[in-house]
Amino acid sequence: MSRRGDWVYENNGGTCVAIAGADYCVVAADTRLSVGYSILTRDHSKICELADKCVLASSGFQGDIKVLHKNLAARELLYQHQHNKRMSCPAMAQLLSNTLYYKRFFPYYAFNVLGGLDSEGKGCVFTYDAVGSYERTGYSAQGTGSSLIMPVLDNQLKSPSPLLLPARDAVTPLSELEAVDLVKDVFASATERDIYTGDKLEIVVINKAGTKREYIELRKD
Amino acid sequence: MAWQQPMDGSHASGSKVAAADGPGTQRTQYPYVTGTSVIALKYKDGVIMACDTGASYGSTLRYKSVERIKAVGKHSLIGASGEFSDFQEILRYLDELTLSDHMWDDGNSLGPKEVHSYLTRVMYNRRNKFDPLWNSLVLGGVKKGPKGEEKYLGMVNMIGTHFEENHIATGFGNHLAIPILRAEWCEDMTFEEAVKLVEKCLLVLLYRDRSSINKFQIAKITTEGATIYPPYSLKTHWGFAAFENPSKGAVGSW
Repeated sequence: MSRRGDWVYENNGGTCVAIAGADYCVVAADTRLSVGYSILTRDHSKICELADKCVLASSGFQGDIKVLHKNLAARELLYQHQHNKRMSCPAMAQLLSNTLYYKRFFPYYAFNVLGGLDSEGKGCVFTYDAVGSYERTGYSAQGTGSSLIMPVLDNQLKSPSPLLLPARDAVTPLSELEAVDLVKDVFASATERDIYTGDKLEIVVINKAGTKREYIELRKD
Repeated sequence: MAWQQPMDGSHASGSKVAAADGPGTQRTQYPYVTGTSVIALKYKDGVIMACDTGASYGSTLRYKSVERIKAVGKHSLIGASGEFSDFQEILRYLDELTLSDHMWDDGNSLGPKEVHSYLTRVMYNRRNKFDPLWNSLVLGGVKKGPKGEEKYLGMVNMIGTHFEENHIATGFGNHLAIPILRAEWCEDMTFEEAVKLVEKCLLVLLYRDRSSINKFQIAKITTEGATIYPPYSLKTHWGFAAFENPSKGAVGSW
């Protein structure tokens, strides 16, 4: 039974991952754009650098994602003009949540992971649902491959329970290189079993020196 | 919804009666007169685009000489599949856009990237109002940029999904033509090579897409401008043994 409003959304697939370290953050996403059982293009970025220490990766409906990224980038520019500084990652995190909830009754079909450095220079990752509920975590995966990747990250990154006192840091003690290797591994695994994930992996690493970008080939089937 | 429009002659057919949507209704649409696939690819001198000249009314082949590729400004070509009247509306929007661009008289002109971006906004915004333009648009062109003559080819669909590629196909072309293009496209093809590749795709679509017809138009856009060639037909081959005598070897009364 096809419903009347079904055509407004489509899922263009893909997976996004972010891992926070002591003084770095890794944000990664594949570059495949799909519709139904077809691949539209193998070379489409899901990542948007919103501020110098703040990077957003989103998967879901590409029309909504592009406009969401555009919106946030414009708001960040306004913030710069008004405050004479760039937006911090936690500030952008709140803005993203509000922007998503604003469309609570006609949502942005976007599953987001925001990664960057907080005002103390420590890595931070914020993970969202489509209508803006978010939390700060040490690592996250969203998108079509998220259910394949999250358990592996849980196993490898051993995040301490938030119930512990005194509060323990959720960021991983892994080095930057180890975290990037882990990201490559989880994407290679997700690509095997998720039809919407593959082609190429775009990895963005943010640390106090700036932002670095890397591309890795993934299986194209 | 009889209460929305007064049935007597009390309003001229031209006036707009403010009609509130009744409960549970949506201003959604179905396409009526539709064009099928458009294919396009970048080649050495620019972009080549092709499609058939048919427009179907459901399963009826209603119009056989329709131009679904048009030039936009000095630097671009637009091709559309889907609802033909919505394509005509888009051409009106683009006319307005190119006119105001021309009236600035500042020596600048809209390139394919800009037109693609504009169309993406239009399609997405219409989708947000639940009143879409039921088309898949292909936008190709060449314009001088900071790195010299830059070729551009992109697509946008009715809900605003958009991307850029070296080769594009809409509708059935996505399933039948794209595999051929992915295997055989290469950088800097000559015009003749590009036409051959395009004709290969058009032929497959002709054989396998029931809404395509054997009358095609090829268009190209280069730094010299847009050229839309007159329509022509492709040679098809039906001389297979099984077609010559279809009932040979048949068993049974049907």
